[in-house]
Amino acid sequence: MLGWGVDFLRAEMNRLLALLFHQGVLDEQFLQLQQLQDESSPNFVSEVITIYFSESEKLLRNLRMLLMDRELSDYKKMEIHLNQMMGSSSSIGAKRVRNVCVAFRAASEQSNHAGCLRALELLEHEYCYLKNKLHELFQIEQQRALASGVRYPAQHD
Amino acid sequence: MSSAAESQFHVLAVDDSLIDRKLIERLLKISSYQVTTVDSGSKALEFLGSRVNDDRSSSDSLPSVSPSDHQGVEVNLIITDYCMPGMTGYDLLKKIKESSSLRDIPVVIMSSENVPSRITRCLEEGAEEFILKPVRLADVNKLRPHMMRTKKLKGQEQEQEQEQELQEESVTHCEIRSQPPRQHELEIEQSQQDQSQQIQQHQQQKSGNNNKRKALDVEEGLSPDRTRSRYNGVATF
Repeated sequence: MLGWGVDFLRAEMNRLLALLFHQGVLDEQFLQLQQLQDESSPNFVSEVITIYFSESEKLLRNLRMLLMDRELSDYKKMEIHLNQMMGSSSSIGAKRVRNVCVAFRAASEQSNHAGCLRALELLEHEYCYLKNKLHELFQIEQQRALASGVRYPAQHD
Repeated sequence: MSSAAESQFHVLAVDDSLIDRKLIERLLKISSYQVTTVDSGSKALEFLGSRVNDDRSSSDSLPSVSPSDHQGVEVNLIITDYCMPGMTGYDLLKKIKESSSLRDIPVVIMSSENVPSRITRCLEEGAEEFILKPVRLADVNKLRPHMMRTKKLKGQEQEQEQEQELQEESVTHCEIRSQPPRQHELEIEQSQQDQSQQIQQHQQQKSGNNNKRKALDVEEGLSPDRTRSRYNGVATF
């Protein structure tokens, strides 16, 4: 029945959000983002997250390229990319991704190539996890929006 | 005092990060401000130059015409990121304060890093506030007094009585605004202390406080109300 679908889906979304909070994947800043979404800007969160995804993937590609040459790794450039990724992750509430960036930056400051490689792999892993979970979140949200558009005469909300 | 068209405050936001520009724009629009965003300090100066009288005779890149002569919408506040390639937020702040036509516009600095010397430098150079990123709605709410002050100054330059009032007000604002805004509520409750002492204290507190605050929030679960109650429930030191 679609009637109680809305409540069920909202509960699902809250459950997923609570899990992500508990895991430290997201922090309070993500809630701030949601609060900025309203009728006048109904897609604000997904717009921002979409920008975050495309920027992050570009940065991750750049980081991997910079680490390909063991001898001539440009650590300064890596730090610039990392600062960018740290900033944007912090702005959307992606706490774990941001924390890996911090560790990555420390390795880069020490010109620790192996450490940087390990950090990059961890960063890619965390980013993937975050992206998958956010997609899940958006899917649930979309279903909820659809379900709330359906009305049944005998329903009370 | 002001016409309907001027009743909205106009904020110029400067940040090289697209995500942060979107965020600050949304935060400002939700707070009913008119917003213009640019991605660099040089573009900011360009924009500010173009807001003043179109027929500039000065060869300066910064016009020397006074704000009261300008036509069109004025800028009531500039909020800028600190870390930007090329011209940093600090460089931009300096240029604005060095310009006779722009120095009255309040400037607020944002930064993702809590560096006490950076904060002090900016405040000493004339920034009204130093806001830690990510910027929240509560931070944006603190901008209004700065904008109101300059609007009053412009509109009532003739009236000396009101100017005096404003000077008294701005002294009070001086004491509050030279302190990092995250600690604003705590500061009001604290007794009068030496300004630099307070800045040092607050910077230490702030880094400790941030971690405590975030830990608190995550463990206590989530609800939209958390963001509001955050300041009230801050741990003591």
